[in-house]
Amino acid sequence: MSIDNKTVRKVSKLAKIRINEQEEKKLIEELNNILGWVDELKKVDTEKIEPMLSVFNESMVMRRDEVFSETSDELVLKNAPESKSGFFVVPKVVE
Amino acid sequence: MTDFKNLDISTAKECLLKKEFSSLELTEFFIDRIKKSNLNCFITNTFENAIEMAKESDKKISRNREIRDLEGIPIGMKDLFCTKGVRTTAGSKILENFVPFYESTVSNNLISDGAVILGKTNMDEFAMGSANTTSFFGNVINPLKSSEENTKDLVPGGSSGGSASSVAANLCMAATGSDTGGSIRQPASFCGLVGLKPTYGRCSRFGMIAFASSLDQAGPITKTVKDAALMLQSMSSYDEKDSTSSRKPIPQYLDFLNFDIRGKKIGLPTEYKVEGLNSDIVKVWDDTINLFKKNGAEIVNISLPHTSFALPTYYIIAPAEASANLARYDGVKYGFRENSDDLEDMYELTRAKGFGDEVKRRLMIGTYVLSAGYYDAYYLKALKVRQLISDDFKSAFEKCDVILTPTTPNVAFPIGEKQNDPIEMYLNDVLTVPASLAGLPAISVTAGKNSNNLPIGMQVIGRPFDEISILAAGKLIEEYRSFL
Repeated sequence: MSIDNKTVRKVSKLAKIRINEQEEKKLIEELNNILGWVDELKKVDTEKIEPMLSVFNESMVMRRDEVFSETSDELVLKNAPESKSGFFVVPKVVE
Repeated sequence: MTDFKNLDISTAKECLLKKEFSSLELTEFFIDRIKKSNLNCFITNTFENAIEMAKESDKKISRNREIRDLEGIPIGMKDLFCTKGVRTTAGSKILENFVPFYESTVSNNLISDGAVILGKTNMDEFAMGSANTTSFFGNVINPLKSSEENTKDLVPGGSSGGSASSVAANLCMAATGSDTGGSIRQPASFCGLVGLKPTYGRCSRFGMIAFASSLDQAGPITKTVKDAALMLQSMSSYDEKDSTSSRKPIPQYLDFLNFDIRGKKIGLPTEYKVEGLNSDIVKVWDDTINLFKKNGAEIVNISLPHTSFALPTYYIIAPAEASANLARYDGVKYGFRENSDDLEDMYELTRAKGFGDEVKRRLMIGTYVLSAGYYDAYYLKALKVRQLISDDFKSAFEKCDVILTPTTPNVAFPIGEKQNDPIEMYLNDVLTVPASLAGLPAISVTAGKNSNNLPIGMQVIGRPFDEISILAAGKLIEEYRSFL
């Protein structure tokens, strides 16, 4: 399986990372190398194996159904690049 | 000023309680050393806070009341742990100005136990790296030098490079690290220290900036094995804020001091004699095996047949999880934003400018292996192989009590090497990644040196939640390493 410029552009759209032409070229090469290397896994027979999602095997407990808050709107917004009247501000979206 | 270099935590604690020196003196000693250091170990200093904390500790000691386990001990905090009111960057431009309004559970535990936080240590960006060369805040330099003449500065390893380098350079007594695929053990090995990655779930992940959530685990980097036990005791806790935090009882880790290694079975995985394993390291490994034999342990050959698949598995799973975790950096809620009139443009430009090359590379890989059409072939496949790797360990631990391997295939290398081919850098973690995928506890302890006087670390891997055994095995290596 190999990655071409179309795939790299599609993935960069999905990852929401803008790339320029130079980066695109470099990424095609690097990603192909990495994917070629991980293709090694195809050699492993996993026919009857279940996927392992986590090493954690203790039963999870429900959290208490209580409202608790250590934060305030003001604190939450403090790190925002732009906020106004208790909201995050983003560029205008018109559909 | 008294010279506090090479002082370990337990000795410092004794001296503080006997009032031979104060925490303020100790803290000022390290602050002074940090100011004079040019290793780039710290991203943010918290000297004023540290002095206040030290004074508070001294007060408690002078009143002889409410003295806590790490009272007055100055440490470094990896900049991956959110610290309330103190900038936390994860080594990234995208979090350059991020000031959390909450404390991570691990840093909170240490502070509650009286530790004095000197600052936030440098690290590979979002913990993605094995040489501390991906930080937005610059490379960290290893204080150790090769004995060859005119040699270049060496990498401290990564991603907890600032933590390891600062402990090795005596800029703090110990430091926190985080380990996803080797980020505690590998830098500890490169800097001649002890690094312990606990069992997954032992330390809470709450407030740790996420990289790959099914693998991330906090742990200490220290000068001695005993210090590692002391730090781990404080860092461990059950935490309801982390859904994968373990409710298993936490032992008294210092009990490892009474643990007898005689009669224990030490497993040697044949598959860890990987291609490219440095011959000096093979020699130290053999010497360490003999050391265990001489001390009454039984050596058993074991097989971990899927070892060679661990690294490719890791480089699918970790980037996949990272691509989900790092989706939160969108220029809206916190961190860096590249302004644009268009929302999509703003997202894409923010992430293009906010992330460094290695992070982008991994986000691209992660996004690709999760994308429609490739999910089964890559991500699902990797999860299945992960199961096989975990099963390998399970069978091996039916035959042995701990597993002894080298930590890294090579010693610390010069800054600038292994930068052209990402895979070459990834191979640094070939011996540490399998235990990470299986969630097992593992320690790296310096066992010897190569011909250029650079440290060589041995790794001891244990059964889940059996940190005591790996501490005990580590202690044996530590005690005898000068005779190796």
